[in-house]
Amino acid sequence: MSTIEDARKLIGVPQYEETGEFPVERSYVWTMCAAVENGNPLFWDEDAARELTDGPIAPPTMLSVWFRPHHWAPGRTHEHHPLKVHFDLKERLGLPEAVMTDNTMVFYEPVRPGDLLSTRQILRSVSDEKTTKLGTGCFWVIDVEYTNQKGEKVGVESYTGFGYRRASQERASQERSGGADRGAS
Amino acid sequence: MSPLAPRLVFGDVAEGDLLPSLPYDVTATTVVLGALATRDWRPMHHDKDFAVQRNGTRDIFLNTPNQAAWFERYITDWTGPHGRLGRVTFRMRDSVFPGDTMVLDGAVSEVGVDDSGCGWIGLDITLSVEGDVKSTCSARVALPMDDDDNPWHRGADRWKP
Repeated sequence: MSTIEDARKLIGVPQYEETGEFPVERSYVWTMCAAVENGNPLFWDEDAARELTDGPIAPPTMLSVWFRPHHWAPGRTHEHHPLKVHFDLKERLGLPEAVMTDNTMVFYEPVRPGDLLSTRQILRSVSDEKTTKLGTGCFWVIDVEYTNQKGEKVGVESYTGFGYRRASQERASQERSGGADRGAS
Repeated sequence: MSPLAPRLVFGDVAEGDLLPSLPYDVTATTVVLGALATRDWRPMHHDKDFAVQRNGTRDIFLNTPNQAAWFERYITDWTGPHGRLGRVTFRMRDSVFPGDTMVLDGAVSEVGVDDSGCGWIGLDITLSVEGDVKSTCSARVALPMDDDDNPWHRGADRWKP
């Protein structure tokens, strides 16, 4: 386990640059719209999409979906972790639990079916240790930047995460280690 | 082809205006559909035993990207298809479970025109269950200035979300 200071060395460093496993799929747009009963004609009506957005687009808030892989793919050799920087921090700081508390998305060029997006993750901040009703841990902010195959920026997401140990986990950890290494896991 | 008229133009909206409420009965299907549609395979959004034992919640619960999609739908139900989202921020306070009736409410928090002539409105939206706010969303949305305007046709140099 490393310290908060070590974790902060990654602030501002682009990490995990990658291109999507699949192009943006129109049927997935319909799956999403059906799940929340979104009848916006941009997604369902060819004429409306042609007139208003020069053809079909994906709902802007689906931005992060395009980098969450399908549950399985043939020949996939590595386990993809969306928001890997978040999971790295949990591991690095020895925090077994985490929640996302805050999420901002900024939208630029529309995402269209057939687009192949690229992404990178940038850690923006790591707080000092704090205790909330969930447990004790750190807050952090991670930006995820997205571009399309033409290099145009399509969006940026900022996530605030809180990684923590529950009070019971903290006690168990202290008992195992005699209290010398509180977060070992 | 006749042009689609905007449902709402910038001049129709004033600070303090309220959006119509949207109530929705959340079921396990709502949670699971939204989790799969957002490719969020984490078990607390489809496996009740996991949610109860690992997360300490009473049931599976709505995931964040699914809530984002609900907020988007709520906003564009009101603006119509000309409304173009620029920015949304959500904050989750508490979980939404099957059996809950979630209610989306919204108010216009600001109106303004930027230096490229784009009309923007700010919205404060809450997602509540029995009056308890479970998550909040603030959004910045572009509306057409008039019947001939279309925020979707703004290129990168005229789009300042």
